[in-house]
Amino acid sequence: MTDETGGGVAKKFLYVNRKAPYGTIYALESLEVVLIGAAFEQDVSVAFIGDGVYQLAKGQDTKGLAVKNFSPAFGALEDYDVNKLYVDRESLLARGLNEGDLLVPVKVVSASEMAEIMDGQDVILSF
Amino acid sequence: MKFGILVNEGPYTHEASDTAYQFAKAVLEKGHEIFRVFFYHDGVNNGTRLTVPPQDERNIVRCWSELAEKHQLDLVICIAAAQRRGLMDAAEAKRHGKDAHNIAPGFRISGLGQLIEAGIQADRLVVFGG
Amino acid sequence: MLHTVNKSPFDHNTLETCLRFAKQGSAVLLIEDGVYAAARETAVAKQVQDALKSVSIYALKSDLEARGMQNRVMDGIQLVDYAGFVDLVVAHNTVQSWV
Repeated sequence: MTDETGGGVAKKFLYVNRKAPYGTIYALESLEVVLIGAAFEQDVSVAFIGDGVYQLAKGQDTKGLAVKNFSPAFGALEDYDVNKLYVDRESLLARGLNEGDLLVPVKVVSASEMAEIMDGQDVILSF
Repeated sequence: MKFGILVNEGPYTHEASDTAYQFAKAVLEKGHEIFRVFFYHDGVNNGTRLTVPPQDERNIVRCWSELAEKHQLDLVICIAAAQRRGLMDAAEAKRHGKDAHNIAPGFRISGLGQLIEAGIQADRLVVFGG
Repeated sequence: MLHTVNKSPFDHNTLETCLRFAKQGSAVLLIEDGVYAAARETAVAKQVQDALKSVSIYALKSDLEARGMQNRVMDGIQLVDYAGFVDLVVAHNTVQSWV
């Protein structure tokens, strides 16, 4: 079976997010890649490590910054069949966060579990 | 092997574009193929025609343009990132009513799908960032 | 997997994070400011030496030379040029760039 780009079997794409939102544009623009990439029917996972876990924090209110709050888009990922979101446990704990503080359902994983997930990927995009 | 290259930072401020360029040259020297070089985030600034670096410094934009010409490389600038940062080709400038366009030779503006396609089609995708 | 690290270990926790996720038998290539981690007798030298027990560590020669670190590389770290960088990418199924 080939898709419009001439590919065959779906590749495993991992998007790695390590940066906090709003201080830099990486979080927003990486999410844009994930959303566009979802149309290509590959096997997509998204990892949140380090300050990247802050991208998923509940309660983001950007009115004071006059900047778009893009965090609701994480809730739309499921509609795009992107539902493998992995959060590094150690990064959450170091930041005083737990799973309940996050916007969307995720799988919180240990470093060795994350390493296994990473090891199985074909393409890893970091921003 | 077929390579895809992603450049996430602009020229000079970060080493990323230099490293990516040297890597691209080495890939070609080893007889491999480069499917596409995709420029994202501030990386789109590698495609400006208006750069005038000091005479005794490397001209990063020209390096990419010349490499593209010599090897028929596909250098793609992300349209969304380019619009935010003011990189325009003639068609984009006309579409948005801008009075100038500034894309350097050898580069073309296109969508993020081109990056995903590179990931699908290439055997290896290497990211250079800040 | 091949991991690349381009940040100084004294300025960022990038190397530390990379090593947390690098599986036994994988390769780490230090490039750009990341090459400072290859130097002997630094505050991170022990961490790097410990890492050498489970991963191979390489450093990009031209980045070391640019920074005047070429004579300070610790034992066990292999130097590569850009051709070697390409070979490392070819030899590993995937590359993860810790940017």
